[in-house]
Amino acid sequence: MASNIGYTAADRDFLAAAAQACADCAGAIDDDSLEAWPDYFTDDCVYRVETREGRANGWAIGLMHCEGRAMLRDRVLAIRHGNVFDPHTYRHVLSLPRFAPAPAGGQRGTELASARRVLTSFNVTRVMKTGEMTLFAVGTYDDRFVEADGRLLIHERTVVLDSRNLDTLLVIPL
Amino acid sequence: MNTPSPVETDGLFRWPDEGLARVPFRVYNDPQIAEAEQKLLFQGETWNLVCLDLEVAEPGQYRTNWIGDTPVIVVRDPVADRIRVFVNRCVHRGSMLCLEQHGKAENFTCMYHNWVYSLDGKLQSIAFKRGVRGQGGMPADFDITQHGLRELRVDTIRNLVFATFSSTLPPVRDWFGPRMVWSLERFFHKPIRLIGGYTQVLPNNWKLYAENVRDSYHASLLHTFFATFGLNRLSMDGAVEVNEAGGSHLSWSKMATDDAEGTDYASGGLRSMRDLAIEDRRLLKTWPEFEDGITHMIQTLFPNVFLQQIQNTLAVRLLVPRGLDRCDLQWWVFAYEDDTPEQLRMRLMQSNLVGPAGLVSLEDGFIGNAVQRTTRGDQGHGAIVEMGGHGVTTERQSRVSEAAVRGFWQQWRGLMGF
Repeated sequence: MASNIGYTAADRDFLAAAAQACADCAGAIDDDSLEAWPDYFTDDCVYRVETREGRANGWAIGLMHCEGRAMLRDRVLAIRHGNVFDPHTYRHVLSLPRFAPAPAGGQRGTELASARRVLTSFNVTRVMKTGEMTLFAVGTYDDRFVEADGRLLIHERTVVLDSRNLDTLLVIPL
Repeated sequence: MNTPSPVETDGLFRWPDEGLARVPFRVYNDPQIAEAEQKLLFQGETWNLVCLDLEVAEPGQYRTNWIGDTPVIVVRDPVADRIRVFVNRCVHRGSMLCLEQHGKAENFTCMYHNWVYSLDGKLQSIAFKRGVRGQGGMPADFDITQHGLRELRVDTIRNLVFATFSSTLPPVRDWFGPRMVWSLERFFHKPIRLIGGYTQVLPNNWKLYAENVRDSYHASLLHTFFATFGLNRLSMDGAVEVNEAGGSHLSWSKMATDDAEGTDYASGGLRSMRDLAIEDRRLLKTWPEFEDGITHMIQTLFPNVFLQQIQNTLAVRLLVPRGLDRCDLQWWVFAYEDDTPEQLRMRLMQSNLVGPAGLVSLEDGFIGNAVQRTTRGDQGHGAIVEMGGHGVTTERQSRVSEAAVRGFWQQWRGLMGF
């Protein structure tokens, strides 16, 4: 694995591509192009939202757990047609990605050894249609990317929220 | 007009003459009422959930929490091997003693001036009690044995730990009554373990959420997924049961006994019957967890505790008021110790249906605010709570009823003196 200093040119290229993928994915959410959001993931992806506390405790249950792109599409369907909530949008601000400092097993263990684990900090402001703005979520994307057709796709994304508090509800994905 | 008319003399609140079928909006917005609730409910004649016993299983293990506005420490006293609850406040200057939510301690030492308490709450030592070289220090007549932590009465039912400021309240089992205890023993019929937890911050007065959970009428109307996927409809076999005091209730139903024909569901006129097809139905996969066939059990414990069995998702929730228009809903998500991996996996998949991000019920996070924001400036009006009659009864009744909401107000009024 890469050390965090002395990245090779290939490491830097990979991180730049990962940053681009993260930015594009967050942009799709912020632009309300939610239908495009699942396209940043692999068919058999895992998308999960949990808290830092939950991860430290090894809790099985977080706030959201989707397996496979179809479940992501189901989430979008629910947002568009199912759930009722105060209309709002997000604005993500992302850090540069970095390699995870130590190797760790993914959600599904060793088959992902080839996927590279990248951490990106995020800051999400929620903007209600009424104009009210709130700092909604702060945390880390813990991502594993794979390359397919010359594109980096998210194979696993664990959204780790720094706070155990979640304001009101979580309907639009982070 | 179906609006209540609270009689206000000298600005004091009085419940409207219409009785329990009308709830004046002022109860969600009046700072004096909120202040009285702290004294008369949370510090008064109620049992308050403070944690689950697993969180204080080991000697010296502690958990901090809130009873209304009062911070408390729950700790397992290693000497007496029992759970004690103290106000989390140094007797000296009022500084908070324990800042962590969880921990293990040999004693409680105040960070401010190093006053030390043993785990049974006794004040053990005071820094510089005798001053320095004969100068300063506490007066000779200051008796540390007279200055221990404020201790609350503790009682448990299975995994739930309750505390009260009252010295006269009956034990928890008697206070909630046999039917409520039956359900708690059902929830905790074998050893559990925690598999999740978070705090949902709700932008509304705590009582709006307390009402929402008691309101089985809204479940399949506000929550689209329930109806569309046939998970829970009011036409399924089920009932609402309210306890003697009124403030605690059960609402249960059995899936697969549904017959929607001849109801408003079949005629298609309800918003929540919009036809939705999800692609991946794994999150709907369940197994019959209880032999009694009940697939949904919502229980409330007055004033602010909620238990849920929604299919195979199990949770305890505690609501802590944070001023007039905010409250913190703490969630403990649990499973049974003897879960198979397949069962745990089904719980994981179903967890997408409940909680702050739950496809079925996330609406509960904001619906209280939808009421809160309209009622702030309109204190002469109130809500109609007449589904299923005007009063409260302990008889089993249809879930198309607001009886449990009226029951909440019955007990609330009794304790508040309104």
